[in-house]
Amino acid sequence: MTLHEEEGLQLTEVQRLEGHTDRVWGLAWNPVTGTAGVPAMLASCGGDKTVRIWQQRIPSSTSFDCLEVLEEIHTRTVRSCAWSPSGEKLATASFDATTAILEQNGNEFECVSTLEGHENEVKSVSWNASGSLLATCSRDKCVWIWEVLPGNEFDCVSVLQGHTQDVKMVQWHPTVDVLFSCSYDNTIKVWAEDGDSDDWRCVQTLSEANSGHSSTVWAMSFNATGEKMATCSDDVTIKVWGVDIARLQSGDTNASWSHLCTLSGYHDRTIFSVHWSREGIIATGAADDAICLFIESEDRSVGNKDNTVDGHGPAYKLLLKKEKAHDMDINSVRWSPTENRLLASASDDGSIKIWKLDSMQ
Amino acid sequence: MTLGLINANPIVREKKERITRPDLQFLFSVYTNLLVRSINIVRDIRDPEHPYSLEQLSVLSEESITVDEKLGRILITFTPTIQHCSMATVIGLCLRVKLKDCFPPHFKVDIKVAPGSHADEEAVNKQLNDKERIVAAMENPNLRQLVDECLYSSEL
Repeated sequence: MTLHEEEGLQLTEVQRLEGHTDRVWGLAWNPVTGTAGVPAMLASCGGDKTVRIWQQRIPSSTSFDCLEVLEEIHTRTVRSCAWSPSGEKLATASFDATTAILEQNGNEFECVSTLEGHENEVKSVSWNASGSLLATCSRDKCVWIWEVLPGNEFDCVSVLQGHTQDVKMVQWHPTVDVLFSCSYDNTIKVWAEDGDSDDWRCVQTLSEANSGHSSTVWAMSFNATGEKMATCSDDVTIKVWGVDIARLQSGDTNASWSHLCTLSGYHDRTIFSVHWSREGIIATGAADDAICLFIESEDRSVGNKDNTVDGHGPAYKLLLKKEKAHDMDINSVRWSPTENRLLASASDDGSIKIWKLDSMQ
Repeated sequence: MTLGLINANPIVREKKERITRPDLQFLFSVYTNLLVRSINIVRDIRDPEHPYSLEQLSVLSEESITVDEKLGRILITFTPTIQHCSMATVIGLCLRVKLKDCFPPHFKVDIKVAPGSHADEEAVNKQLNDKERIVAAMENPNLRQLVDECLYSSEL
């Protein structure tokens, strides 16, 4: 049965992870866990300046225990965290203007490198698909690209200027080395390496003028193939964008992104997070304490007032809305990359919730 | 922070009579109760530049605060003393800190400058309500100190 044929789906809370003593800002599933008998591992970070590692008690169970609390890594809020594709390293971005690289040594995590350079709060960190590059962004309006070298050495290869305000998130494309950033300046920028000069430059800006957002863009997420991107904003909409993936993968960095669809009317406050599952479900988390799930609509004639569809673009429909998913703002939603239909959410209420999307029967 | 006052000669108004506890007993709706409570809470915040409270400088008045108890939302509009007041963000931070202690944590607070009261209204409103920026600002020791001065001097 395809997702569209299934009926009566619901989001069931399977566990509430408590421990953080302030708001939880970010979550990241370790990509090599939660499969092949390896218990799933989740990292979280927040306003209490800690990074916490949670692990399933036994594989495929729904009980997570706190494996470790990392306290001395940062001196201010830890805003986001990201695992390297190999699952061996965890990068953490902090308001203390540094990015830490952590490695698991036995049962403990230790900081093996600290990346400095940003002038003020680092907001986000992202690894590319092969784990050879790292990107960070900051309120200093810059995006830094770092090369990952042996022996936990990190060399800055480029400082990208272009955003006119605070950069909220960076995200590498899932299959090609093209970098995306979104900002308080309401735009999304696409950065690629110039074939000849090895210089990184901005190859596209998605702004309000080309159907972009009208306020701060908080997050971006790609679908499994990388041919679509979802973005969410303080303007309370979600936008879906598409690219000619064949062109992009052939190395044409000029392959441009176009607006496919705008989803509005589902959240009434800032949407902080969006995440696309392997299966194609878009999850969003917002300041209205709700989680929404969207899927592509097979009904191309969808012309409901909440969806504006550009030309021949696909339409998306709401699969379900979970109101009061948390008691306060939701800052992050993340699908497990390995376990089927398992979603984690993080909130200002200091808790993390694990959800299962299943049928009502 | 900047030296020298931006608004050296503010217009100072008379302090309005406080709504006291016994008066409240005549008010029947919980909404009004909350509304009055929030006014009393914020009206004494000291303007960062002058020894007068925000109420005395007409920055805040009773019309400034709306509370939706059911949704758990508070909207505050204030009028900065002059059109180009760069202290608007500090006033906004003061309001948030003060309200945080007096309302349940799940209440959502939106703060805006009164329409037409500031040259850069949209930009100021955006900054006043960006949660991440607010959190980062409050972690800045210099800004935190200024906010504390505004809040605690009113309690002397």
